[in-house]
Amino acid sequence: MSVFSDVPQAPPVAVFKLTADFREDSHPQKVNLGVGAYRTDNCQPWVLPVVKKVERLIVEDESLNHEYLPILGLPEFRSASSKVALGDDSAAIKDNRVGGVQALGGTGALRIGAEFLRRWYNGVNNTATPVYVSAPTWENHNAVFADAGFKDIRPYHYWDAAKRGLDFTGFQDDLEKAPEHSIFVLHACAHNPTGTDPTQEEWKKIAEIMKRRNLFVFFDSAYQGFASGSLDKDAWAIRFFVSEGFELFVAQSFSKNFGLYNERVGNLTVVAQDSENLTRILSQMEKIVRTTWSNPPSQGARIVSKTLNCPELFAEWKANVKTMADRVLLMRDQLKSKLQALGTPGTWDHITQQIGMFSFTGLNPKQVEFMIKEKHVYLMASGRINMCGLTSKNIDYVAQSIHDAVTTIQ
Amino acid sequence: MSVFSEVPQAAPVAVFKLTQDFTNDQFPKKVNLGVGAYRTDEGQPWVLPVVKKVEKIIVHDDRLNHEYLPILGLPEFRSSASKIALGDNSPAIQENRVGAVQCLGGTGALKMGAEFLRRFYNGDNNTKTPVYVSAPTWENHNAVFSNAGFEDVRPYKYWDGEKRGLDLTGFLGDLESCPERSIFVLHACAHNPTGTDPTQEQWKQIAEVMMRRKLFVFFDSAYQGFASGSLEKDAWAVRYFVSLGFEMFCAQSFSKNFGLYNERVGNLTVVARDPDNLKRILSQMEKIVRTTWSNPPSQGARIVAITLNTPELFTEWKDNVKTMADRVLLMRAQLKAKLQSLGTPGTWEHITDQIGMFSFTGLNPKQVEYMVKEKHIYLMASGRINMCGLTTKNIDYVAESIHEAVTKVCELPD
Repeated sequence: MSVFSDVPQAPPVAVFKLTADFREDSHPQKVNLGVGAYRTDNCQPWVLPVVKKVERLIVEDESLNHEYLPILGLPEFRSASSKVALGDDSAAIKDNRVGGVQALGGTGALRIGAEFLRRWYNGVNNTATPVYVSAPTWENHNAVFADAGFKDIRPYHYWDAAKRGLDFTGFQDDLEKAPEHSIFVLHACAHNPTGTDPTQEEWKKIAEIMKRRNLFVFFDSAYQGFASGSLDKDAWAIRFFVSEGFELFVAQSFSKNFGLYNERVGNLTVVAQDSENLTRILSQMEKIVRTTWSNPPSQGARIVSKTLNCPELFAEWKANVKTMADRVLLMRDQLKSKLQALGTPGTWDHITQQIGMFSFTGLNPKQVEFMIKEKHVYLMASGRINMCGLTSKNIDYVAQSIHDAVTTIQ
Repeated sequence: MSVFSEVPQAAPVAVFKLTQDFTNDQFPKKVNLGVGAYRTDEGQPWVLPVVKKVEKIIVHDDRLNHEYLPILGLPEFRSSASKIALGDNSPAIQENRVGAVQCLGGTGALKMGAEFLRRFYNGDNNTKTPVYVSAPTWENHNAVFSNAGFEDVRPYKYWDGEKRGLDLTGFLGDLESCPERSIFVLHACAHNPTGTDPTQEQWKQIAEVMMRRKLFVFFDSAYQGFASGSLEKDAWAVRYFVSLGFEMFCAQSFSKNFGLYNERVGNLTVVARDPDNLKRILSQMEKIVRTTWSNPPSQGARIVAITLNTPELFTEWKDNVKTMADRVLLMRAQLKAKLQSLGTPGTWEHITDQIGMFSFTGLNPKQVEYMVKEKHIYLMASGRINMCGLTTKNIDYVAESIHEAVTKVCELPD
């Protein structure tokens, strides 16, 4: 009867289903270690003080209106964002070969970059170019590239579950064996979900192979500043690759480091060979943007742009970012200590070695199920926990629960 | 040397190129009748007073934060937006078969609807289903649907250049002869670029054919309230089709009627057969949203939701909308009057017969070129003008310039 009777019910996105289940749970000690958003020690969302301040400035500014932004976005946002990623003294920026496409969060930046590459990289509309994403990776990477038209999305070795660290041998091997011109999605820092990043030496080796084998570098940078507390430290890998002369993309998200999750603030930084290539690339980016969202939303970009471009606000922002990063580091430290104090079997160094919002606990699916069903501690089936969900009030309960899971469930 | 050396330079989007040229023009009497955004009688952008008020409310509300919205968007925005289109007493809403996807403006709503239809309508991933867009139509319609994967985007007859009105015979002819299940993009009101809408009787004829031939109804509603000044009047066609029982989509934009162009406030209203169909449709919409923008931006949706859901603000908004619609109607009346008093050849009834922001002047490409180059009056090559670009201060200059273009420049281009 309906033209849509055969439309199947899609399964819910796992991370949001987890939060939905958490909400419905009435257990008094429930803990949500699922979705990746920062929480204060009172387990509340945090609107950064600098954001609140800038929002007031914006609403009081009578010179602002709501006219369409340019297709590529707010110019001062785009340039400030690329500068944050590449550094104030970036030679590439001085060479006028860096451009930005304001996008809808990190997702939007990845999507526009993917759409561009599918149309114009390695031939015209070459949907067969392999796209490599880490094993494991953010659950949406695969689908973003597939929906952009790529038919061959493959995993590259990354997480070594046995040693609970980077499978560097496997990673290099995949780089050596990948078809030339394959696209690799690299996590700039604070790998999601493992929290495990290559060291600087390892990045250098990765870059060497990628350059030699003509592989395309596509960075996903969602945690700059949030991972170590230092913007520069967290951008080291990106800046190294740029200094090596790669033509590359960086999908930047300001959701986490500005706490602006719902304003969808992202930027696709394009580092081109030269300004002439950049002009052509950006002209094609415009065409793609035009048929997707026409031009991007203003509010979040204005907030970020004002902050980055004003020295006092910029300093205040960095302090706010450090506040978040420090709390996460504290929770890492305390969780490890408590597990060690409990004598929980296994080693727990990875909790403090890993970086960023997430930790790959090493809990297996059955243990995860136990955590959720018996302990009402919500985490992803992969064993990933969001450190931000830990607070001084719940950390004992969580440590005890992990202990119980590991000791009672195989 | 570069992996991108073969990437060609894309042509700029015409309407933005026009504005750019206008901006670069130093001529003191220049006029921009290009891009579709409202202007005051001072030629300035207008932030609606109700919007300014609500923005202040939002910034002072400490209960609000910036946590991710649900994938489908702010619930109170979605429901109030659909209610605006379908009416407070909509049976379809009462029957729980109306849902919505908060999108990035009208463009985003069209995109989501198109992506869904390509995947799930008329078979599984049937990229061959014909999509019909009016001749002419908004310059982006074609590209939105083809980038969503549709391989066969075709024009349906719409504008009759000779009589300067709707080619209903041609339109109905295309509806009768097209393949069954074709998708038709219909302009809910204030057709862009012609400003020419079917009458209610004509809509009834269109609906009859579409129902009989199983054609899919996809409304584009970017000007509700803005066209006539009345929300109900401007939604008549959408509501009529719903009342006939169509399963249909309506891409709504709040860019114009809220003046919130740059916050990208849109809504894809889905009218399904029943709640079960709706549920499955929305679950698939989530998957599509997730890989495009993940979840939508909050600011614009909050402004619209608070306004629509608060009686005093809603009233104030309708008033602001009427202010804009009335100024456009005034400019239409004055332009026609001036052309008539100048004795400009041709008939100019269409200027007041047409509705909404745009008017299809009937100027040919050479005449348009004259307007742009000699008179520094910027309009689209199609002859489309944005009435909002007219003011009491420039209307005489524009009328005289049109007069000159028509009397001095040959009818036929080479």
